Amino acid sequence: MFELDSVIMSRMLTAMTLGFHIIFATIGVGVPVMISIAEFIGIKKKDPHYRLLARRWTRGFVITVAIGVVTGTAIGLQLSLLWPNFMQVAGNVISLPLFLETFAFFFEAIFLGAYLYTWDRFKNPFYHWFLSIPIVIGSSFSAVFITMVNAFMNTPDGFTMKDGVITSIDPIDAMLNPATPTKVFHVLSSSYLTSAAILAAITAFIILKRNSHSYHRKALKLTVTATFIFAVLTAIAGDLSAKFLAEHQPEKLAVAEWHFETEEGADLILFGQLTEGNQIVNEIRIPNALSFLAHGDLNSEVIGLDQFPEDETAPLWVHYMFDLMVVLGIFALTVSLLYLIFTKVKKWNEHNKWLLILLVANGPMAMLALEFGWIYAEVGRQPWILRGYMKVENAATASQHVDTMFFLFLGLYILLGTLCIIVLRKMFKNNPVELELEEGKPTSGGDY
Amino acid sequence: MSYELIGIAVLWFFLYGYLIVASIDFGAGFFAYYAKVTGKNHIINKLIARYLSPVWEVTNVFFVFFFVGLVGFFPDSAYYYGTALLVPGSIAIILLAIRGSFYAFENYGSKKSNGYMFLYGATGLLIPASLSTALTISEGGFLEVKEEQVSLEMSKLLTSPYSWSVVFLAIVSVLFISASFLTFYANRANDQAALKLMRSYALFWSIPTIIASLTTFIALSQHNEQHFENMMDLWWMFGLSVGFFMIAMLLIYKGKQYGLAFCAVMFQFFFAFFGYGVGHLPYLLYPYLTVYENATHQTMGTALIIAFIAGLFLLIPSLLLLMKMFLFDADYVKGKR
Ligand code: HDD
Ligand code: HEM
Ligand code: HEM
Repeated sequence: MFELDSVIMSRMLTAMTLGFHIIFATIGVGVPVMISIAEFIGIKKKDPHYRLLARRWTRGFVITVAIGVVTGTAIGLQLSLLWPNFMQVAGNVISLPLFLETFAFFFEAIFLGAYLYTWDRFKNPFYHWFLSIPIVIGSSFSAVFITMVNAFMNTPDGFTMKDGVITSIDPIDAMLNPATPTKVFHVLSSSYLTSAAILAAITAFIILKRNSHSYHRKALKLTVTATFIFAVLTAIAGDLSAKFLAEHQPEKLAVAEWHFETEEGADLILFGQLTEGNQIVNEIRIPNALSFLAHGDLNSEVIGLDQFPEDETAPLWVHYMFDLMVVLGIFALTVSLLYLIFTKVKKWNEHNKWLLILLVANGPMAMLALEFGWIYAEVGRQPWILRGYMKVENAATASQHVDTMFFLFLGLYILLGTLCIIVLRKMFKNNPVELELEEGKPTSGGDY
Repeated sequence: MSYELIGIAVLWFFLYGYLIVASIDFGAGFFAYYAKVTGKNHIINKLIARYLSPVWEVTNVFFVFFFVGLVGFFPDSAYYYGTALLVPGSIAIILLAIRGSFYAFENYGSKKSNGYMFLYGATGLLIPASLSTALTISEGGFLEVKEEQVSLEMSKLLTSPYSWSVVFLAIVSVLFISASFLTFYANRANDQAALKLMRSYALFWSIPTIIASLTTFIALSQHNEQHFENMMDLWWMFGLSVGFFMIAMLLIYKGKQYGLAFCAVMFQFFFAFFGYGVGHLPYLLYPYLTVYENATHQTMGTALIIAFIAGLFLLIPSLLLLMKMFLFDADYVKGKR
C-alpha cells in the first residue's frame, strides 16, 4: 500500500530535517531578543541579577545555535539535493531572499562571536549590550527571508511563465508576494512566543523544585510578561493569516476547517471526526465563527472544498493540526494572563504550585504549537510545491539512495538531540546560579 | 564584465575565503588530535581554542554563502550537481554537522574526551576530502546523463587517479595552510613552545603540498586536456603561486615575519585557485553547464549583484571588527582576556 519511492522518501527527509531545524531555529530567533531585553533591564536598573540572567541564557543559547547552524546547513544543501527540479525553477525567481539570508547569517555569526567573549571587556556596559542588537537583527531577518521563500511557494508571484519557460522576472515582487506580510508576522511572533514560553517554563521548573531565589522570581516575571505580549501578537497574526488564506488560498483554509460546501455564515468546527461521506460528528461547533475568522463578518461567504478538484486539495487530517495550534495558542495566552493577574492581586500567590505547573507545561506546548502550525502550513499546500505551477511529485530527485540517506540523517538527529540535552543539563547542574551569585561574578565557561 | 562573470567571480572569491578559513579550522582539528596522541596537547590546544572559538560559525557561513549563491546565479547547477551529489553531499553534511555541533558541545559544555578529539581530528581531514569531489566532478567524465536523468558513476570516481590526486591535494593543503596560520598566531601570542611545534609542522607539510600540486597537474592533463591547456596559457599565475610559496617557506625557515609568511601562503593559494578557476571557464560542469548558458535571468543576476554589494557594506566593517577584537588584539591573543 505504501510505495517508498524517491518522492516519498524525499518528502520524509525534508520534513524530518525541517521539523528538527525549526526547533533550534525558533530558539535562535527568539532567545536573542530575550537576552537583549534582560541585559538592557539589568544595565538600566543596575541589577546584576538581570545581567547574570542574560549571561546564563547566552551560555545555553550557544549550544542550541550550534545545532541550528548545522541543521540549517543540512536543509540548505538538501533543498538542492532532494528537490533539484524545484530549485532549478525557484532558483531563477526566489534566490534573492535566500541570498540575502546568508548576509543575515554572517551578521549574526560575527556579532555572536564578539558578544560571547566580551562580557567584561568594556567600561561602559552599554557597549556590550549594543553587540546584542546585530544578533537580534541577524537572526530575525534570517527568519524573515526564509519565510519569504516559503510564502513564495504558497503564492508564487513576480514572474511570467509561457509554456513552462520563465520569461520575465521581478525579484522584489517575488519576495513581497501576497503571503509574505502575514506569514512573516506570524512566524516572527510565534518564534518570540515560543522562546519566551520555554525560558519561562525552565524558570518555573526551578522555582517548583527548589526554594525560589529573588533571581528566579525576577526571571519568571520577565519571561511570563514577554510570553503574554507575544501570545497576543501571535493570535493577532494568526487571525490575519486566516484572513489572508480566505482571500488568496481558500482551499487551505477550507481543508483545515472541514468546510466542504461554500456557504454564508459558516460555522467553525473544532476537532470532531469524519464518518463516511464526510459527515462530521463529535465536533464542537461555533456558529458563524468561520465567516468571522475568514472575513471579519459573521455572515460573509466562505469558499468550500466543492470549488476545487479533489486532486488539488490537501489531506483532511490537517484539520487537527490547525485546531491543536489554535488551542495551544489560547492556552499560552490564558496561562500567562492568569499569572499576571495573580501578581496584581495582593492576596494571591503567583508562585502557587498549580500555576507553576501550568507554566512549565506551556513551554513544550508552545513548541508543539509551532510544529503543528508548520505541518498545517506545509501539508495544507499539498499537492503543490509551487502552488499552481509545480507539483511535489515532479520536483523530487530521481536518485535511488534517498532512503539510505533518510536513516543516516535520522541517526544524526537522534545523536544531536540527545547530546544537546545532556550537555545543557550538565552545564547548568554543575554551575547553579546560587554559586555564581555568591562568588559575585560568573565562574565557569572560561571567557563568557 | 557581464553579470555572469561577476557572479562566478564573487562565488569563486567566497569559495577561496572558505578554503582559507576552513582549512585553518580543519587542520587545527588534526593537529589537536595529533598533539594529544603524542602527548603535546598542553602546548597547542589552548592556542587553537582561543582562535577558533569565536569564529567557527563565521567559517560555516562562507560555505553556505557559496552554495546558496551558486544556485542563485546558476539555477541549473542545482539540477545537475544536486542529483549527482546526493550521496557524497549528504555524507559531507553529516560530517560537518558532527564536527560543528561537537565543537560547541565540548568547548562550551564540558571536558575534552578522547573520542571527541578523534572525531574532531578525523572529520577535519574527511570533510575536505568529500567536499573536493564536487570539484573533481566538475571536470566532467563522472556523470551519466540518460533521458534527462543524471547519475554519478561512483566506480569511475573511485578508480580515477585524478580524483585521488585531488583528495590528496585537499588534505595536505589543509594541513599546510593551517600550520602556517597557527605558526603566525603562536608567534603573536608569544607562545614559544607552540611556535616551535607549529613551525616544524608548517615546514614538514610544505613538501607534500608542492608534490601534490604537481601530481594533480599531471593527472588533470590526462583527465581533461582542454582545461589543462587553458591553465598552461595562464602559466604566469601558477608561476606567481610558486613564487609566493618560496617566499613563505623562506620566511618560516628563517623564523621571522610569520605574518608576512602567512600572507604569502594566502597569495600562493589565491593564484593557484584563480588560475584553476579561470582555466575552468566557461564551464561550471564540463560539458553540461557553462556560466553563460546556464545563468539566471539578467534581472535576477543584477539584483543579486546589487544585494551583494549592499551586503559587503555590512559585512566588511563587521569582519574587521571581529578581527580587531580577536586576531589583532594582543591581550586577547595572549590569553589575558
Ligand atoms: C507558537 C506557535 C503558534 C501559535 C500559538 C499559533 N500559530 Fe498559527 N502558525 C504558526 C505558529 C503558531 C507557525 C508555525 O508560525 C505557522 C506555520 C507556517 C506559518 O506561516 O506560520 C502557522 C500558520 C498558521 C496559519 C496558516 C498560514 C499560511 O499557511 O499561510 C493560520 C491560518 C494560522 N497559523 C492561524 C493561527 C491562529 C488563528 C492562531 C490562534 C491563536 C494561531 N495560528 C496560533
Ligand atoms: C521550518 C519549519 C518548516 C517545517 C516544520 C516544515 C515541514 C514540512 C513538512 C511536514 C513537509 C512535508 C509535507 C508533505 O510531504 O506532505 C514539508 C515539505 C516541504 N517544505 Fe516545509 N516546513 C518548514 C518550512 C519550510 C520552508 C521555510 C521552506 C522553503 C524555503 C520549506 C520547503 C519545503 C519543501 C521544498 C518541501 C517538500 C515539498 C513538499 O512536500 O511540499 N519548508 N515541509
Ligand atoms: C527551507 C527552510 C530553511 C533553510 C534552507 C534554512 C537554512 C539555514 C541555514 C543554511 C542555516 C545555517 C546558517 C549558518 O551557517 O549560520 C540556518 C540557520 C538558521 N535558520 Fe534556518 N533554514 C530554513 C528554515 C528556517 C526557518 C523556518 C527559520 C525561522 C523561523 C529559520 C531560522 C534560522 C536561524 C535563526 C538560523 C541561525 C542559527 C541560529 O541562530 O540558531 N530557518 N538556516
